Amino acid sequence: MAHAQVIIIGSGPAGYTAGIYASRAKLKPTLFAGDKPGGQLMNTTLVENWPGTEAGVMGPELMMEMRQQAAKFGAEIIDKKVTQVDFSGKLKQIWVGDKLYETKTVIVATGAAGIMLGVPGEQEFLGRGVATCAVCDAPFYRDKIAMVIGGGDAAIEDAMALTKFASKVYLVHRRDELRASKVMAERVINAEKVEILWNSELKRVLGDKLVEKVEIYNNKTDQTQEIATQGVFLAIGHKPVTEIFKDQLELDQKGFIKTNLSYPAVTATSVDGVFAAGDVVDYRYKQAITSAGMGCQAALDVERWLEQQQR
Amino acid sequence: MSDDTQKQTGAVHLTTDNFKATLNNEDGLIVFVDFFAEWCGPCKMAAPIVDKLADEYRGKAIIAKLNVDENNQTAAEYGVMSIPTVIIFKDGEEVDRQIGFPGEDGFRQMIDKNL
Repeated sequence: MAHAQVIIIGSGPAGYTAGIYASRAKLKPTLFAGDKPGGQLMNTTLVENWPGTEAGVMGPELMMEMRQQAAKFGAEIIDKKVTQVDFSGKLKQIWVGDKLYETKTVIVATGAAGIMLGVPGEQEFLGRGVATCAVCDAPFYRDKIAMVIGGGDAAIEDAMALTKFASKVYLVHRRDELRASKVMAERVINAEKVEILWNSELKRVLGDKLVEKVEIYNNKTDQTQEIATQGVFLAIGHKPVTEIFKDQLELDQKGFIKTNLSYPAVTATSVDGVFAAGDVVDYRYKQAITSAGMGCQAALDVERWLEQQQR
Repeated sequence: MSDDTQKQTGAVHLTTDNFKATLNNEDGLIVFVDFFAEWCGPCKMAAPIVDKLADEYRGKAIIAKLNVDENNQTAAEYGVMSIPTVIIFKDGEEVDRQIGFPGEDGFRQMIDKNL
């Protein structure tokens, strides 16, 4: 069976950038883009901090450009999700359903996914009022009441996106101050339509076919109240997507892949020949640009690793 | 849209006006409807795949799309509050719903299951 030089798992800035570098290095990478190609940036609007784009760039467009750029240099991009891996042998094995791929090296760039709260009604109403992407779904809340759960930059971006359509937006945060950057926090505090519910937690989502109201618990007063809303947007953070790697690679307590281990390179994981980049290893920076940078590093590390094997 | 000399390709564009008629099509085909909007990133990823499936399943299923901005009544009627949402209809009734873009395989499985 023919095997690949490198397989890239993931299609955010880290995965696609690794794809661009690996394909330009003539490594003929295969890139599994998963079931949400483009990653988290597909759920954003204007990205204002991507260098070289003074006017900003739309997140989804940036990702489609990156994808095409990787494809242009010869990366084979497959919109399928890797279901199982075995990194124990010399050739690394990767399954997509029952189809097996073998490769000398792997770049893991599976990123992070939005955290759900696990409260009653959340799953039941997902897509029927409960949502994880305000910039995607905000227009459905024209002249309606919407609610955002969270206190970071993403939560505030969601709340601000909703103010363009909704008649009122609640921001529900479990602490008494926002985690978000100053510029974002000021934006939301000054927004007319936004009411911030401090020290508050979502406990239950209620409705018939669509969301009608929620139960909010105030952790300071110990009171629970019902609030009418048609939308509940979850923006409480992300967790690394490492489920299929947990018995294969060394992870930290929160599930991030540990790097700088088996081989003298910052993207090397605990297994020789397996590298990782982007939000799946990064609990600190989590930026498009830092992920892209790591994707580049991983591809260069793979290139050097392969060269050393041939000696 | 399509004329006699050229075979139509890609997904059928539905509007509120022809929506019900398409669901109850004479051939009794299942109808796959991609609720989308121009501003939706994941919808853009899904669009070429939906068009490809439309060509592939022609004669077996009707693969269609509906712009939720232009047809918000229909979107609201079916409780679509998040896009992309795909609903499969059989004999005019909803038989399956997928919220979010599940990739090409996800769509394919969904259609095959309901054929």
